[in-house]
Amino acid sequence: MNYVALKMLFGDRAKYLMLLCGLTFCVMLIVQQGSIFWGLMIWSESGISNLNVQIWVTDPNISQVAEVKPIAPTTVERVRSVPGVEWAVPLYRGVGRARLANGEYHQITLMGLDASTLIGRPAHMEEGRIEDLRTPDAVVVDQWAVERMGGPEVIKVGTIFEINDRKARIVGIAHVQKDFQNIPSVYATFERATAYAPPERRLLSYVLAKARDNEPVEAVTERIAEQTGLGAFTQEEFGWKTIVWVLKNTGIGINFGTTILLGFIVGMAIAGQTFYLFTVENLKQFGALKAMGASTFALARMIILQAFTVGIIGFGIGIGLATLFGTLAASKGQLPFSETWPLLWIVFGSLLAICTFSASISIIKLAKLEPAIVFR
Amino acid sequence: MERDMPTATVHAGEAPEGPPPAVRVRGVVKSFGAGDTKVTVLKGIDLDVRMGELLLLVGESGGGKTTLLSVIAGILDIDAGQLDVLGVPLPQLPGGKKTTFRGRTMGFIFQQFNLLPALTAAENVAVPLLIHGTPKKDAIRRARTMLETVGLGDRTEFVPAKLSGGQQQRVAIARALVSEPRLLICDEPTAALDGENGQKIMAILRDVGRSPGRAVIVVTHDSRIFHFGDRIAELTDGRIVRVHSVPAAHSRGAPGADAASTEPPPAPEESPS
Ligand SMILES: Nc1ncnc2c1ncn2[C@@H]1O[C@H](COP(=O)(O)OP(=O)(O)OP(=O)(O)O)[C@@H](O)[C@H]1O
Ligand SMILES: [Mg+2]
Repeated sequence: MNYVALKMLFGDRAKYLMLLCGLTFCVMLIVQQGSIFWGLMIWSESGISNLNVQIWVTDPNISQVAEVKPIAPTTVERVRSVPGVEWAVPLYRGVGRARLANGEYHQITLMGLDASTLIGRPAHMEEGRIEDLRTPDAVVVDQWAVERMGGPEVIKVGTIFEINDRKARIVGIAHVQKDFQNIPSVYATFERATAYAPPERRLLSYVLAKARDNEPVEAVTERIAEQTGLGAFTQEEFGWKTIVWVLKNTGIGINFGTTILLGFIVGMAIAGQTFYLFTVENLKQFGALKAMGASTFALARMIILQAFTVGIIGFGIGIGLATLFGTLAASKGQLPFSETWPLLWIVFGSLLAICTFSASISIIKLAKLEPAIVFR
Repeated sequence: MERDMPTATVHAGEAPEGPPPAVRVRGVVKSFGAGDTKVTVLKGIDLDVRMGELLLLVGESGGGKTTLLSVIAGILDIDAGQLDVLGVPLPQLPGGKKTTFRGRTMGFIFQQFNLLPALTAAENVAVPLLIHGTPKKDAIRRARTMLETVGLGDRTEFVPAKLSGGQQQRVAIARALVSEPRLLICDEPTAALDGENGQKIMAILRDVGRSPGRAVIVVTHDSRIFHFGDRIAELTDGRIVRVHSVPAAHSRGAPGADAASTEPPPAPEESPS
């Protein structure tokens, strides 16, 4: 009877294509929205992931990475003395104002890296060498600076501009994950960065640290927090903290969350509805099978087979289209788009659930079906 | 079909102590709806269908013929009365058993053919076998043979939409016959057929009916096929008003019997008790 079920499904081209389009559209919609949402979340914590270090130490009341609550300069030494810590280096993060030769002003995020190790440096350089940061007045900008501050003609290796009225010379272009606020980053050594920064009593924003290889990161992180009285977070913790903050405070959570939820509900409702209609239209055929002696159980199996078959095909095509969209529209990192396995699993599970659900409704209808309809 | 050729004929009016009837209907009442809109369609039906006969059921349109067939098939529940099919009290069977029983013992030709549009003729005919778990290859092979019997050997791979009404009806007939059901229930099986094809199909149905241990009920309006019946039951206003045998000359009907002149003689010989 499996054969009959599949033939019923595929045989009626028009109905099958409608059903498939409905399901595909829903999957695509949900995956696309979900991926954009997740992409935004990744952007929001790019200030952490771009640096890729195990442990972040800062003010215990910090709420997210861009907030910056300066800590005492002695903290670096105190973190180094915590058992299990392999190394600890300072990081400056602050807001600066860049003035170009053509007179334009741009807001930038200024990052100061430990000069000897350059820990926290961008993982990829598009041009130049990060080590050149150690030369006088040297800075490295990210690719978003090139894009936002006037293009490759204006922002290139060798360009000279001012940060807070002090000279800066570009020695490299880094490639990093876009920042959520869409502000370009400028990298310098810690000393240069603090020299650019407006004079303040405390200029240390974060201490970045790494646990020894044989020590669990979480345990070392806790130990740092205990011994320094500061906030210490693993990269993952701090990332989530930032994401949660963004969700709660920016309206992205509410706005995008609602959109996604609606997309999800609408998508699933359409998927369920389409499949339900499909079986209702076939009710008479199922009635004929029932009249010929097919048990309700056998018919239920047929319907579930149909639901899962079309569900899985729709899932595949939907994912394909969403991915295509992602690669076309978001390949250059212009749009946030991150298609993750958990999202795909969630959508897959939900789709199977909704197919099962609408199949069950159809089956209940079928169980109650008077096969007598076939005599009329 | 060869082995199903008639070997014994049960004549109308035999003593009731013969073999048990294929179908025994007593005082069956069936209504639709409730309250003001309640319509009583069957108002106390008494009817026997004997083993080895082809019983014709005739009557005015809307008289309840299809309803009676559905009741006998166990796909409509009755409000009152008794119903035995092949010795089994059908209304007493639980739903699932009823379905299985129906699948094992009965074949149907629906008024509307109810072929599955996505399946080829052969696949449609194979469906009852597939339902019983016959492997697909076997089922299709038997379905092809059956299609040849009804004269559609060259249309086995056509889907219903590509067949004429009469051809569809013959597919439906092949489907009803393929599982060699003991009780064959046909609602106007020749309605969409021309005279010649109608005669051919009725000849097949008659052979099935004449086989020992089998019976056929045929609802029809078509007087040209009356001579294929062993008996004719008239259903009017929810009751069986007359049952009469078809005279042997017609009933044994040489294929050459003049179809146009087979108006059944009004020979009431059994009145419903
Ligand atoms: N499910 C139903 N609900 C309500 N009324 C019904 C239902 N099925 C049949 N009827 C009514 O029962 C009556 C008999 O219908 P039925 O189909 O049995 O007639 P019939 O003798 O087969 O007619 P025809 O020769 O036109 O096929 C009709 O008046 C019809 O309206
Ligand atoms: Mg009818």
